[in-house]
Amino acid sequence: MSAPAAPAHVHTDEHYLSMDLLRFTTAGSVDDGKSTLIGRLLYDSKAIFEDTLENLERVTEQRGEENLNLALLTDGLRAEREQGITIDVAYRYFATPRRKFIIADTPGHIQYTRNMVTGASTANLAIILIDARKGVIEQTCRHSFIASLLGIPHVVVAVNKMDLVDFSEVRFNEIVAQYSEFASRLSIPDIKFIPISALHGDNVVEKSVRTPWYQGGALLYTLETVYIGSDLNHIDPRFSVQTVIRPNNDAHHDFRGFAGRVAGGVFKPGDEIISLPSGLPAVIKSIHGPEGELAEAFAPMSVVMTLDREIDSSRGDLFAKAHNQPAVTQDVEAMVCWFSPAKLNPSGKYILRHATRETKCAVKAVRYKVDINTLRKQTEDVAIGMNDIGRVFLRTAVPLMTDPYKRNRTTGSFILIDEFTNATVGAGMILWPEPSERPAAAQFADMGGL
Amino acid sequence: MSSYNLTHLAQLEHEAIFVLREVAAQFERPALLFSGGKDSIVMARLAQKAFAPARVPFPLVHVDTGHNFAETIEYRDWFAAEIGARLVVRYVEDSIKAGRCLEEKGLNPSRNGLQTVTLLDTIEEFKFDACLGGARRDEEKARAKERFFSHRDEFGQWDPKNQRPELWNLFNGRKNQGEHFRVFPLSNWTEMDVWQYIAREGLRIPSIYFSHARRVVNRNGVLLAESPYITLLEGETYEERIVRYRTVGDSTCTGAVESPAATLGEVIQEVASARVTERGTRADDKRSESAMEDRKKAGYF
Ligand SMILES: Nc1nc2c(ncn2[C@@H]2O[C@H](COP(=O)(O)OP(=O)(O)O)[C@@H](O)[C@H]2O)c(=O)[nH]1
Ligand SMILES: [Mg+2]
Repeated sequence: MSAPAAPAHVHTDEHYLSMDLLRFTTAGSVDDGKSTLIGRLLYDSKAIFEDTLENLERVTEQRGEENLNLALLTDGLRAEREQGITIDVAYRYFATPRRKFIIADTPGHIQYTRNMVTGASTANLAIILIDARKGVIEQTCRHSFIASLLGIPHVVVAVNKMDLVDFSEVRFNEIVAQYSEFASRLSIPDIKFIPISALHGDNVVEKSVRTPWYQGGALLYTLETVYIGSDLNHIDPRFSVQTVIRPNNDAHHDFRGFAGRVAGGVFKPGDEIISLPSGLPAVIKSIHGPEGELAEAFAPMSVVMTLDREIDSSRGDLFAKAHNQPAVTQDVEAMVCWFSPAKLNPSGKYILRHATRETKCAVKAVRYKVDINTLRKQTEDVAIGMNDIGRVFLRTAVPLMTDPYKRNRTTGSFILIDEFTNATVGAGMILWPEPSERPAAAQFADMGGL
Repeated sequence: MSSYNLTHLAQLEHEAIFVLREVAAQFERPALLFSGGKDSIVMARLAQKAFAPARVPFPLVHVDTGHNFAETIEYRDWFAAEIGARLVVRYVEDSIKAGRCLEEKGLNPSRNGLQTVTLLDTIEEFKFDACLGGARRDEEKARAKERFFSHRDEFGQWDPKNQRPELWNLFNGRKNQGEHFRVFPLSNWTEMDVWQYIAREGLRIPSIYFSHARRVVNRNGVLLAESPYITLLEGETYEERIVRYRTVGDSTCTGAVESPAATLGEVIQEVASARVTERGTRADDKRSESAMEDRKKAGYF
């Protein structure tokens, strides 16, 4: 594959307006080369501006380092540059003629796992870096588990620092086997392996001559071509009402529109919907998008719907269809990732935010904690502390309209908020209902999947 | 299935509208910080769309340094009237007179930092609980770390090491008395996206974004416009150049770029081939490696 043309050649308006978007995140242990890799992608795809580069050269020199320190491109906070580590998620942007990319560069330190989860929550793809000398280590497993848990559909395992193992095919294959063995217990639908050197650029933007035994494409080619068209749910109609729009002016006297973002399925004027939790039916009269009236709306569009009759519906309610409804429930079974230094209180109360609804909830049970190295369920020690992942059972004060996270990332996710500090203390992914009630195909996904 | 695709610009538009509506729903007294610059114009346009056919349900707020370009001020007033929004303007000059802050000394004293004082006073005056800003993560490395919903303590300060994790599209806008939020709907937009959107929407923008003749002085590589607030050094002179602006801010610290780009199409071509970041024209960011981070911690935009 050839290197991307300089941006000047690609941004003809027509072309620009037809590009799609890939969000990806990087994961790996400290010093595996995440920041260097991103720097390399930006640098080689010419997304780095001259002044940024000059600044980088100056700072690298001041620090007495030899090679251009590409990691400094993403390590933007003072404390990060001082300590030479990444503390917080940094977002970066670049485009090639095919696609526009949003990268979440996340820290590898264990205490910053919450940031990896944050970056992963909106990603279509995760690049998991492995140091070729070290192979699969504890952090690799942890990050892969998080990628799987957060439902990232595509994973690229980048075996980095191949220059330090003489671009050895044998070593690469060993790592592929090691990782595949571990990943068979996860549910990641699409995994690719690429041998790279982030520092020297091998197989990052262009295929390297130093890995003639490697048949696949360079990393950038993979990022440009991975198929993301089916990542969103276009089957189950879901629309959470964010706010009700009433102009109250002469021109739009009777206008009453329900504003929100489609979370799944397709809505068209003329469709009969039901508003949950009330169950009241209505017919969609019109749908308005940012560019005017629409014949259909699908995820992730922000639209306004008007209905053929007055129904009592407001923020927090959800529109679905009579034949395809989410669970309307106050009982929530979920995997929770914990962010707070204060442990999850196994009989505590928290504020839960789900879709556009906010309610109180009480922890009823902690079923188990996941040992993320072995993926075993721990039922003895179930104290959920910072960066732990466990399965909990919650009871909410008002009903939620939920789908399993595996089915819908929007109606299947929630955050927990501390009532007193208002801090976001946990992230939850809703599980399938009990095995007897769930579709056969989904049964195996329980633990490996979540 | 393949028909259910959105282009990246449409995705950014839908995302920004979602964020704007969350602000209207989660806060009691939001405000939209409007400078008359291209980012705030795009943000205001998105707000118009988010609540149409109703009016934008919050005021536009401008902190005027008194050193702004006349063209931008003119534009600001026209725009607010055009979309029927309430416009609140507060002046750094008044904060200085009231003894709330001190004018900088030196060769090109900037009021850029002083804006923070006036802004925080304005937030206090109106009890704003959320301020929408047009900042983008691609602008600057400290901004690249910021959340959509960015919490500010009771002193208006940002704590970059203690930000709330932000997952999926779940924005936690809960706060205690006296605290507020800065919200950035354009977080994921790049400079190019903003220009393409302006072109797609056919938006009018202030004339200083297009090529024009102007008397400027070259100071440390930044072309500063002639103004009564700048003292020339030995050997410095004003000379006429054909320039335009990539960002608009305080005229004492925002540099022009030499450019023949007179139409939106030409500007887009120029942005596409630009090899310098837009903030590279800002003298305020050149002051130190973490100038932006330090200002943001103190409560800057
Ligand atoms: N030899 C070699 N060194 C690398 C490679 N990639 C990264 N490094 C070095 O590994 C160190 C850690 O890289 P960094 O990008 O900061 O890692 P991060 O902690 O994962 O972000 C730096 O000294 C890099 O120069 C590579 O492909 N080959
Ligand atoms: Mg790093």
